[in-house]
Amino acid sequence: MSSLQNVTGAQGAATPDASPLTFQELLFRLQKFWADRGCVLQQPYDVEVGAGTMSPETFLRVLGPKPYRVGYAQPSRRPADGRYGENPNRLFKHTQFQLILKPPPVNVQELYLESLTAIGIDLRRHDLKFEEDNWEWPAGGAWGVGWQVMLDGLEITQFTYFQQCGGLDLDPMCAELTYGLERIAAFLQDVDSIYDIVWARDPETGRTVTYGDVRLPEEVQFSVYNFEFAEVDKLWEHFRLYEAEAQALLDQAGVLFKQEDVDSKSKRRFPLLAAYELALKCSNLFNLLDARGAVSVTERVGVIARIRALAVGVARAYAFQQVS
Amino acid sequence: MAEFLLEIGLEEIPARMIAGAEAELGRRVTEFLTRERLLGANGKVTTYSTPRRLAVHVEGLALAQPDKEEELVGPSWKVAFPNGEAGPAAIAFARKAGVEVSALTRITNAKGEYVSATVERKGRGASELLAAELPKEVLSIYWAKNMYWRAGKLERFVRPVRWLVAMLDSAVVPLEIAGIGAGNQSRGHRILHGDSPVVIGALSDYLDALRTTYVEADVSARRHKIRKALDHETRAIAETPGARWREDEELVETVVHLTEWPTVLYGSFEAEYLALPEEVLVTVMRDHQKYFAVEDAQGKLAPHFLTVLNTQVDDTGRAIIRHGNERVLRSRFKDAQFFWETDQRIPLTERVEMLKAVTFQKELGSYFWKTEGNLSVVRELASVVTKNSSLAFDEIGLLVATELAKTDLTSELVKEFTELQGVIGGLYARTQGLGEIVASAIYSQYTPASTEDAIPATVEGQLLGLADRIQTIVAMFEIGSAPTGSKDPFALRRAANGIVKILAESQLPLTLGEVVAASGAANEPVLGFLVERLSFYLKDVRGFAYDVVSAVLAAGSEDVRDAIARAEALRSVRGSEDFVAISAAFKRIKNILRQAAEKGELVSSDAVSESALIQPEERDLLAESAELAARVAELRLQHDYSTALESIATLRPAVDAFFDKVMVMAPEPELRSARLALIRSVLDGFSGIADFSEIVVV
Repeated sequence: MSSLQNVTGAQGAATPDASPLTFQELLFRLQKFWADRGCVLQQPYDVEVGAGTMSPETFLRVLGPKPYRVGYAQPSRRPADGRYGENPNRLFKHTQFQLILKPPPVNVQELYLESLTAIGIDLRRHDLKFEEDNWEWPAGGAWGVGWQVMLDGLEITQFTYFQQCGGLDLDPMCAELTYGLERIAAFLQDVDSIYDIVWARDPETGRTVTYGDVRLPEEVQFSVYNFEFAEVDKLWEHFRLYEAEAQALLDQAGVLFKQEDVDSKSKRRFPLLAAYELALKCSNLFNLLDARGAVSVTERVGVIARIRALAVGVARAYAFQQVS
Repeated sequence: MAEFLLEIGLEEIPARMIAGAEAELGRRVTEFLTRERLLGANGKVTTYSTPRRLAVHVEGLALAQPDKEEELVGPSWKVAFPNGEAGPAAIAFARKAGVEVSALTRITNAKGEYVSATVERKGRGASELLAAELPKEVLSIYWAKNMYWRAGKLERFVRPVRWLVAMLDSAVVPLEIAGIGAGNQSRGHRILHGDSPVVIGALSDYLDALRTTYVEADVSARRHKIRKALDHETRAIAETPGARWREDEELVETVVHLTEWPTVLYGSFEAEYLALPEEVLVTVMRDHQKYFAVEDAQGKLAPHFLTVLNTQVDDTGRAIIRHGNERVLRSRFKDAQFFWETDQRIPLTERVEMLKAVTFQKELGSYFWKTEGNLSVVRELASVVTKNSSLAFDEIGLLVATELAKTDLTSELVKEFTELQGVIGGLYARTQGLGEIVASAIYSQYTPASTEDAIPATVEGQLLGLADRIQTIVAMFEIGSAPTGSKDPFALRRAANGIVKILAESQLPLTLGEVVAASGAANEPVLGFLVERLSFYLKDVRGFAYDVVSAVLAAGSEDVRDAIARAEALRSVRGSEDFVAISAAFKRIKNILRQAAEKGELVSSDAVSESALIQPEERDLLAESAELAARVAELRLQHDYSTALESIATLRPAVDAFFDKVMVMAPEPELRSARLALIRSVLDGFSGIADFSEIVVV
């Protein structure tokens, strides 16, 4: 083992920056970088989602012809991934920095590389590869082609050229960049556990607050709830209620959009955004039920199809609404 | 003669698609230039690629097509030259063709006499043709998955085209692909060179020009560089003298196509992780991280890995990159260790019930259902094996292995490393004291995974492998999911190939029919499907000629090893002169019998009545063939097919004499019928090893 320690010694000396970015500084830098390049900075969507893609800022904005550039941090819940705060690499809720460039500029890859420089990565001293990784979200009728960006063997970003959403071809298509903030922060700070990431550092006292200080209780309690306490019957009941309400809205939209004598204002004020939010509720409830082991083999496919029907239904109606 | 260079600059192409696309580009350009008569006899087309570019360099290119004479056909001669004088039609045609009326000639074609004009066609210039036609060729390249990127979804390609170099000697060829106009500027390595353009001067210096910007575009040079660097870096591992990197051609190809300027770096991990199974360690390194595993002088896995970088960095950079990669690997190993330990809390024997929650196939059921199906098949197979032979195996061990075979699907480790299903189950069975027979059968249940893969080493593993595959195939056929054409979503062909290979390379006394029957009722389509895979195996894996395979399978396709033995014997004799003659004779017999049947002749299958035969040649053939048939039947029983086939060939003089002197279709009904019966008996008597009439005689 002595030789291994030698190697580690060399690495200690090699650390490029004495005080790498805190978790919150990392987010600031990314936001600033992309705001300076014309992006709207949005706040996280305030409904439970499994990924930044599911926020309407992505899922609905990519539809239709209107150009848009937006960036936002999105806490993303995956109940089944919870580990009671015991696994150093896995979380029930992680944070994605999500970026949509519609349409993407021709130098989108170069801009992305600049954003890495902006967060303190000296690319001349790292190994960077774009490796094929195609993304899809079947329940949303969404897919794209792209890469996982590998930095020194670590996947730090999913880079996707979004081709279809809600089963509709995107024209123009857009680039979706998803930075895994916890991973990148752990990499920059060279810590082995996500919970050891420095979230904030008091500039006066130098005192630090860690990711664990901020989020550990949430990871523990939600793992307990998701795996042990969540009441299956009630979750199903919630699911049915949200689904019924979303479907009722979609049905009304269908009737309204078919009428020729309705003015475009009535069409445009129809609350499809609310229908989408209800569909997202269903998706999260399904994930909870799944974590609870309450979705049987035979039910599973059917339930996913029900969520897909809502998500795709909203996307189609929304695309129609945009041109009304 | 000129040179031409085309470089298509792209965003990173998926590594798995590059080699095929590079070859296709070369083929398309060669065919296009040949078709357009631009490629001289000494013309040479060379291709290059990196993740960000596909390039083709042509030497010996004509600057223009040679001029050529073309014959234009005009109106009919009678219309054009009424009374032998040039009329309006002739004048109009001459004007259109650009020749004097006096130059018009008369030709005769299938439709009659017509006016013709011979005109000189100027060859088009290479630059003009390339600009007009090459973009279509490029955009026709096949990609396993492509995308559109321009508004209006104008074209599909693997990734967006970002630049183009197209030059004919020193001049830019004005071609355009996907809205990008060609120039003389390429790009260098993203990071080592940056954004500044690379001007391509002399085309023969293309590779060197790129090398100055940290791009090695010659794939074989890049491969060579990587292999040498792997060797070199492995020797630098001071902690493990005599270390070697594990050869892995597939991984070498992957990293060749992931890099423009490869260098190699080694890293290490804590020796405690070597306690994890080697299969897990190698899968993490190879499949997840694209690292090469390292072994010590004794061939044991050493706590190091090699990673191929797409950059060249200073010592500080190397330390940073090494540290980063080690960090990722350590966390993956830590995860694997955690999963391994967690999984031990619930032994495999307690996981059978949990399979009810794992879908096998949504119309069929869960893996619990699948396990029950496998158990029933394996019981049946075991009883047939016992009935047919004295082959020893542990039936209880086989049943335990079958019952537990799928339980590793519920383990955390398999959820993380799905490619290790079966392997993990086997390792857990060993750790949990279920015995080597059970462990080994579970471990090898999915082998052979390909035609090159070895079959399970134990009888129990072989039987489990057969049962698992045939159960799946039969169930899928029953719900109408048999493979059709190129569609085989459940990889049933691969499963059937596995069955054939296990039967071919094991000692199991089982026929294809018995394997199918063990899965339930007789199933003709499934049996036909397996025979088709046997035919594939004989041709594509064993390399037998197609006619040998047809001949052998026509004489019996149930017993796989027997079919192989017969094919081998047939291959060894088929070149001999006597055998060729015999094959021809058998074909003749078959034709005569077919024609006779078409005429409504009844060919008796009773013994041939010797008394009805009158010529010595036919009596000789009867006597000789009867004697030989008995001998061949004996040899067949002993599976001595080579001797049997050699014996059959000795029948040639008698057969030749027969066809020389005897007319089978004699006018006398009784004689005709006796002769037909004779040749039928010859055919039947010698077709048990192979149907020789299938042999193609050249």
